[in-house]
Amino acid sequence: MDELTTLSRQRAPIRLTTVLTYVFLTALAVTMVFPFVWMLRTAFIDPRDVSVSPEKVGGFLRWLVPASFPHTKNFADAVEAVPFGRAYINSIIVSSLVTFGQVFTSSLAAFAFARLKFPGRDKLFLAYLATMMIPGSVTMIPVFIFTSQLPLWFDGALSWLSGSSVTLFSHSYYMFQNTYMGRPVGLDSYFTLIVPGMFSAYGTFLLRQFFMSIEKDYEEAARIDGASTWGIYWRIMLPLSRPALATLAIFTFMGSWRAYMWPLIVTYHEDIMTLPILIRSFQGQYRTEWTLLMAASIMHIIPLLIAFIIGQKYFIRGVRIGGIKG
Amino acid sequence: MKKTKLATTWRRRAALAGYLFILPNVLGFLIFTSLPVLASLVLSFHKWDLLTPYRWVGLENFRNLLVDADFWKNPFFSIPWITDCPLEHGYLFNTLALMLAIPIGILLSLFLAVMLNQKLRGMVLYRTFFFLPSITAGIGTMLLWMWLLNSDYGIINMVLGNAYDCLSWMYDGVRNVTGWFGGELSAWPKWYDVRPAWLQEEAWAKPALIMMGLWGSMGGMNMILYLAALQSVPPALYEAAKIDGAGAWQRFWKITWPMVSPTTFFIFIMSIIGGFQGGFQQAHIMTDGGGPAGSTTTIGFYIYQNAYMWFKMGYAASIAWFLFLIVFALTMFNWRASKRFVHYG
Repeated sequence: MDELTTLSRQRAPIRLTTVLTYVFLTALAVTMVFPFVWMLRTAFIDPRDVSVSPEKVGGFLRWLVPASFPHTKNFADAVEAVPFGRAYINSIIVSSLVTFGQVFTSSLAAFAFARLKFPGRDKLFLAYLATMMIPGSVTMIPVFIFTSQLPLWFDGALSWLSGSSVTLFSHSYYMFQNTYMGRPVGLDSYFTLIVPGMFSAYGTFLLRQFFMSIEKDYEEAARIDGASTWGIYWRIMLPLSRPALATLAIFTFMGSWRAYMWPLIVTYHEDIMTLPILIRSFQGQYRTEWTLLMAASIMHIIPLLIAFIIGQKYFIRGVRIGGIKG
Repeated sequence: MKKTKLATTWRRRAALAGYLFILPNVLGFLIFTSLPVLASLVLSFHKWDLLTPYRWVGLENFRNLLVDADFWKNPFFSIPWITDCPLEHGYLFNTLALMLAIPIGILLSLFLAVMLNQKLRGMVLYRTFFFLPSITAGIGTMLLWMWLLNSDYGIINMVLGNAYDCLSWMYDGVRNVTGWFGGELSAWPKWYDVRPAWLQEEAWAKPALIMMGLWGSMGGMNMILYLAALQSVPPALYEAAKIDGAGAWQRFWKITWPMVSPTTFFIFIMSIIGGFQGGFQQAHIMTDGGGPAGSTTTIGFYIYQNAYMWFKMGYAASIAWFLFLIVFALTMFNWRASKRFVHYG
């Protein structure tokens, strides 16, 4: 260290390779970031300025930043065209509950796999590991059929029990003071958007690895003091593994926020769609309105950025521990 | 005697606690993963459109998949029993072609990681910039790329057009000069003006998706994994190589490359497994459902079409199981091969 400081005081000669590295990295960074700059520009200009050429407006700079900049009306127009506010709330509800559920069920199971002894434990864990390689499309088909039939089965059972025909679950409109609440179960329901996402073999695996690395001394001391198994899980394991929980939470939240296929096939009603699905249907209606589409894209991206900024430390560490989730 | 009895009660209570702790997760696991896997296997032996009663058809779905020209057609070999297919390429070929992004992306990620691994100021900032596209991945960036790739007003075609104009203008200057001295240069070829309709053109849709994929992933997870791997290479190795007079290029191929090979292998296998299942979202959002002329329809999108657009549940399940077998084989290969090909330092 001392050697280094003296060297820098003497003004080490700037090396050519260093300069070249910086030039190259800067050029690359500009290329990577430029699309976002272009997105911002498009979202904040008047739709009429999108298709003009620099010659027409007299000058490159005038074209690059038109007089209409910043044209914030695009966002208002997009929100007015389709229920973005509702989709935002839906996405926040779904992503938060999926995250909470996954962290909770995974940590419970991971604790059992890491610390409790019961017959069949290791076999079950192997089964968990094995299912991690099953493609989502294999399981999605039966789960889709199952969820779409669920209201019919529930109504069938109720009809059989009561002796009259019941359509409590299969009729489609559940309103609360002019607000569509979704059905209780089946397609177009929060239940279907949330519950299948609450269980994860990957999360269980990740947390188990972390729990295994925690010293056993703490829980032995707690045991001697008379702590219950639940107490050890709740008061010792969870607080000690906060970084791992945060890592899983941030991965799950971001994954759920951009989830596409499942919400796409189980939602039909606009008021129950999550943000990506609503943006997709918006895109179908306004396919050439690029200013509006870019405004919508920004609305989708911002929460991801916020989540990343909050959890950057955990995020990057998580990539290193767990690798990539397929 | 009494002691052992106490021990068994204690063990039983511990086992009960264990079962209670895994119960929520196991329930979800049964309902949403393990039973559906079996259900989809059973389903693949049936014909079912969800409206009329299902019908047992034995192996018919798999037989249909074997002779499905849309699935198999490819430019490398012809399959005798597949005669008539309007598509240029089948969906398996499309899936594999889009996976070209994997090796290119891996090399770019490693390259970026090596650049960022230098002890220079501001590397964390660069890392964040490179990481940005993979953070924001999703429908937002896909719409963004549709806009960048737009044939009329997209910035990519604007730049290409300007570059063409600029080059042809310069070339005209050269032509004039040579003209004064009696030289005859041929005209600047018109076909140099390449401004494809990208996502609307059969030949350019796949390159466009690959380009977007590289932008999205080269600075992402893979680069972070490589950075971690590079940081665990002992610096003494490089110093020793330097003393022995090895150049930067040699140091890379003789030290860095072997030392990060476990990471390369891991990324490669995971990407291939992901690649076989991928392409759905791009096809659904960016190319109007796998177009143009089916050139961006991947296996994943084909399963979606069969299951949720045409309600051929049995056929969709059989394709999904075929996909599962591919992934399974790759995973097995991964386990076996990682011992043989990979150098663990």
